[in-house]
Amino acid sequence: MRSSTAARERRRRFWDRVIEQLIRVAGISSVVVLLAIFGLLLVNAVKTFRGGIEMAPLTAEERAQLSEETVAELESRPTEPPDPFVDFLAGTEWEPQSLEEPRYGVLSLVVSTFLTSFGAILLSAPLGLAVAAWLAYVAKGRIRETVKFGVELIAAIPSVVVGFLGIQLFGPIIGELFDRPGGLSALNGAILLAIMALPTIVSISEDAFAAVPRPLIEGSLALGADRWQTLMRVSIPASRSGLVAAVMLGSGRAIGETMTVLMATGNVAAMPHSMLDPVRTMTATIAIELGEVARGTTHYFALFAVGLLLFLITLGVNLAADFVHRRQERLYS
Amino acid sequence: MIRAASVLLGLLAIASCLLGARAEREPTELKIRGSDSEVNLVQRLGETFAHQNRDVSIAVTGGGSGVGIAALIDGTIDIANSSRALFPEEELLALRKNVEPVATLFATDALSIIVHPDNPIASLTMKELAAIYSGSISSWDILGGSGRIVLYGRQSSSGTYMFFRDLVVGEDFSPKAREMNGNAQIAEAVSRDPGGIGYLAVGYLKGGGMHVRVVPIRSEEDATPVSPLDIASVRAGLYPIVRPLFQYTNGPPRGATLEFLRFELSPKGEDLIYEMGFYPLIEQWRHRNAHLRRPEAGQP
Repeated sequence: MRSSTAARERRRRFWDRVIEQLIRVAGISSVVVLLAIFGLLLVNAVKTFRGGIEMAPLTAEERAQLSEETVAELESRPTEPPDPFVDFLAGTEWEPQSLEEPRYGVLSLVVSTFLTSFGAILLSAPLGLAVAAWLAYVAKGRIRETVKFGVELIAAIPSVVVGFLGIQLFGPIIGELFDRPGGLSALNGAILLAIMALPTIVSISEDAFAAVPRPLIEGSLALGADRWQTLMRVSIPASRSGLVAAVMLGSGRAIGETMTVLMATGNVAAMPHSMLDPVRTMTATIAIELGEVARGTTHYFALFAVGLLLFLITLGVNLAADFVHRRQERLYS
Repeated sequence: MIRAASVLLGLLAIASCLLGARAEREPTELKIRGSDSEVNLVQRLGETFAHQNRDVSIAVTGGGSGVGIAALIDGTIDIANSSRALFPEEELLALRKNVEPVATLFATDALSIIVHPDNPIASLTMKELAAIYSGSISSWDILGGSGRIVLYGRQSSSGTYMFFRDLVVGEDFSPKAREMNGNAQIAEAVSRDPGGIGYLAVGYLKGGGMHVRVVPIRSEEDATPVSPLDIASVRAGLYPIVRPLFQYTNGPPRGATLEFLRFELSPKGEDLIYEMGFYPLIEQWRHRNAHLRRPEAGQP
């Protein structure tokens, strides 16, 4: 009897350890994947600034085997790779397939990405925080459950369907209002991304509101403040970092979104001057061009450089959000 | 009882399939990848071909001309669909990897020029089109219409964009040209914009119902205007904005690949090509497919 208990105990410990190891492997593998993606992007991105295969000199043998036309075209290609700062980061023209001279300026793409995603946050942050406050402090019962479920359901809409809305609904409305036929513009993208960022913002900031210690709120109400005053003067300041994190995670989502902006923003790779101009984001550029570009060329590697930049931006936003979020957790734990 | 019988029947069916296949020839799978504008067409051709040749199965995927050509150079596919000729860089890459890309031209893609239905323009010359899309003509007034011209086209990476730029415009597009994500968006935008002009694949307009007007094109100042919807003129090579669709193989095609390419150029293949919104290969390009001819004596 006793020995069987001991055996069971031993078996239990064995399985405990196996499962613990499995979980550890799972945890580590996500970091490995992250590093692998970063490595892949970095290795290929760096090649942009060394020049693709069209810039390397041809050997005599290759020259003999290729047609005259091909050789002539290859030799007419620029031989100077783009400079990472002057041509890439500070360049405003993205025209890798230009007949005159290829240009790899990423600035207009970055500005496009920021216009759509910050535009989205300007729209969705106030709305999202209001909904979250309402869910956390005011709404009760079935209506609360329904609204909460509805907001979470937005996250389940495929981005291509949201893009549809942009082409068929919001775009034409913007077009009518501002006399821009079709209305495919940064504003259109911003509205759609605002919808897509909403679930993230609402659920994280609702958690932040819920984490505000009950005594703080009750104390405020007991001192005669009404619910609006309590929200503005007590709850929001107390959950500030959680709210900031919610907004930042929402914008991380907006920056990385591809399909919706690809469909709804018009894709003009020129420096936009207003929210009503068509724009082409970094994500859309990669999605559009990677399928058609000749592999091994400077253009091909430049798309990885855009990807790396995008990765660094979203990583930065997410890390910052995480940092702020943790600060709040420490505050009340 | 019934269940046992159906299981038995199923097993019999599987067995007979296996035996049947063995009795004919080794089954072959052709892998085809590339151009997104060709994927539906080639899929349709492949299905019909595989239906007639039970020992061949054909898998067609998209991804873009560049993706198909890269896969051909890597040796992972049999045929690369491409809506453009190889870039010099790709020829160099193929040479370095010991791959010899051979082009088969199997269909004709014609681009139509569309404007808003209220636009009174009767026809355009190739020169006028070039001037419109390069930005040197920016108003319809000079051409017999009125108002500002708004340019719609494809994204800079699409084969269609480069085809139109190289064949028609001859220089970089005006930076004001809107880059749309596909034919549907161009048609949609032009139908809403009285000053709009766009180019798109002819096949897209065949179904009708689009609220746009197709503009006939004159190759020269004194030529007769030709509409891309007039199949006889297109086949005779009178419509100027046409391009061949390519399929690349590594070395001259052989075996099932060769049979499939021949099928595409047969009358049955041509019917399917037309049905799918493209045109059969026009006469003046046929000589470029010499590698598909049957040798004088017997099978290859």
